[in-house]
Amino acid sequence: MTATEQAGTSAPTPVLSLRGVSRSFGAARALLDIDLDVYAHEVVAVVGDTGAGKSTLVGVLSGAQQPDEGQVLVDGSPVALADPASARSLGIAAVFQDLALCANLDVVENLFLGQEVVRGSLLDEVAMEKQAWNLLGQLAARVPSVRIPVAGLSSAQRRAVAIARSLLGEPRVILLDEPTASLGLTQVAEFLTLVERLRARGHAVLITSHSLSDLQAVADRIVVLRLGRTNGEFRADHVTYEDLLAAVTGVAR
Amino acid sequence: MSGQAAPVRSDLARRLRSGETSALPITALLVVIWIVFQALNGAFLSSDNLVNLTQQSAAAGVVALGVVLTLHLGQIDLSVGAVSGLAAAIVAVGSVTWGWPLALTLLAAVAAGLLVGLLYGVVHTRLGVPTFVFTLAGLLVVGGLQLRVLGDAGSVNLPFESWLVRFCQTAFIPPLASWLIVTAVVLVFALARLRDRARRLGAELAAPSLASVLGRVAALAAVLAGAVAYLGTDRGVGAVFALFVALVALTDLALRRTRWGRFVRAVGGDAEAARRAGVPVRPVLLAVFAACSTLAALGGVLAAGRLAAANQASGAVDVTLTAVAAAVIGGTSMYGGRGSAWSALLGILVIQSISTGLTLLNQDQSVRYVVTGLVLAVAVVVDALQRRAREA
Repeated sequence: MTATEQAGTSAPTPVLSLRGVSRSFGAARALLDIDLDVYAHEVVAVVGDTGAGKSTLVGVLSGAQQPDEGQVLVDGSPVALADPASARSLGIAAVFQDLALCANLDVVENLFLGQEVVRGSLLDEVAMEKQAWNLLGQLAARVPSVRIPVAGLSSAQRRAVAIARSLLGEPRVILLDEPTASLGLTQVAEFLTLVERLRARGHAVLITSHSLSDLQAVADRIVVLRLGRTNGEFRADHVTYEDLLAAVTGVAR
Repeated sequence: MSGQAAPVRSDLARRLRSGETSALPITALLVVIWIVFQALNGAFLSSDNLVNLTQQSAAAGVVALGVVLTLHLGQIDLSVGAVSGLAAAIVAVGSVTWGWPLALTLLAAVAAGLLVGLLYGVVHTRLGVPTFVFTLAGLLVVGGLQLRVLGDAGSVNLPFESWLVRFCQTAFIPPLASWLIVTAVVLVFALARLRDRARRLGAELAAPSLASVLGRVAALAAVLAGAVAYLGTDRGVGAVFALFVALVALTDLALRRTRWGRFVRAVGGDAEAARRAGVPVRPVLLAVFAACSTLAALGGVLAAGRLAAANQASGAVDVTLTAVAAAVIGGTSMYGGRGSAWSALLGILVIQSISTGLTLLNQDQSVRYVVTGLVLAVAVVVDALQRRAREA
């Protein structure tokens, strides 16, 4: 969808929404009555303290966990995300904090793991390598070679590989769980450029973080979670650090 | 497409340190061993001795090939010796004592191996039992079955005119056929390499230079032609050794060029990551254990053919130790996810060369054990150091 088309419709439908979603683990309420919308061409940051429910939120959105109450909607229609595979088939891809790459396999092998391209009964390395360079190029991700084991890459490069892998099925929504947790300052800057590329490609991007400042430069909206509830939603270009801190900690200003 | 032209020399050094060129150091070791033994005894590199060496390597090498597969998963099957012993007993007792057709007993032996492997796979994937201990239990059970099959006699001889014995002892590929096979292999290899290069150039990917492609083809042609020509001055290339090399080549193709092989390496590297990427982890584990035990059984059948007998010593602990040592010496990592089918061939040639060389020098079993053990120790240390270099 281009910007002009979007302007033509009065109110665009969110690609992915949550309505009144709750999720408990025994007596612990991880999520309580959450409403959330994510639009195409948009980056939503979900911030909150440890235990605020960020990971559970990504779990529910990616189909890894099921809500006790409430609905998940894709393009405005309720859907059941029974498992990550059904979420993927609806165009929702998640990159988890630990990336889930095989360190002994090279970049191409990791990108296509489980969805290899074959010619006859043998692997088509040429087609896969070509597409790998394409994907990484679109993300402006620099790797020394796509034929070295992932173990030899920096953590930022590995994250780029994991994100490139999530793009293989051309998903509309990309969920990134705590992507900046293990990155240095330079690497965070590189990562933000990568997120801008994703937005420019038209994806809806949802990123969680416990850092208040990391994502402000790239996010369009910031949603604050506190103890499983939504505790404020801000436009990223207007909100101050103090506002966010107050919402995250629950301390009145 | 930039950044792929890293300086060649430092790239080679890095790959050596991290073990990505696992065949190079081991080939060098084999050459050194051959030179040393030739210096000590001029008969070592005679074509007669090398023909014997290749013939003796085949059965143990097939068992080692199965071990290479399980090591790829970071797992081990300690009962391969016992399974090979049971297979030998089934073939000998079945065909001689019970009077079954030889082919039927061969099928029964291989099927028994397949069953044992499937059982290991099911127990490991369903119950999470460590294969190290469970296959140790299997070693005892299968070893007991072998003794039961052999019965009171404890030893059954195969008639020398049986086709299995002839295949393993006296069958050699005729010279003309040998040369035709070498020509065909080199041609197929060259065509595949050239087509791959053309496709890479067409896709604007980094491609090896024409000179390096032709160099590799020439190297392969030289090794194969040299082996066939030199062994041909004696009896030639043994049928059983050719079968072993063909199995290695097929396994290599499966590991490097098929989805199944990729799955095996992924599960060996990080099973959880592989599962989340959509790799069917359980079927892969099951298939590898089944393949390992099946190859062990086939190795046992070939050993029975070579010995023209099966007895209580068939498939003794020695067989397991040799197979595991060959796989590791050949360069397959104990830590899973790294290795090559060719390490079964190179590893068993190293072990068999040491054994044959020391026999020529009139050294006994004790020296053989010590030397082989030291080589294995060095191989494991190198494996650990390479693992460190990769993680650094």
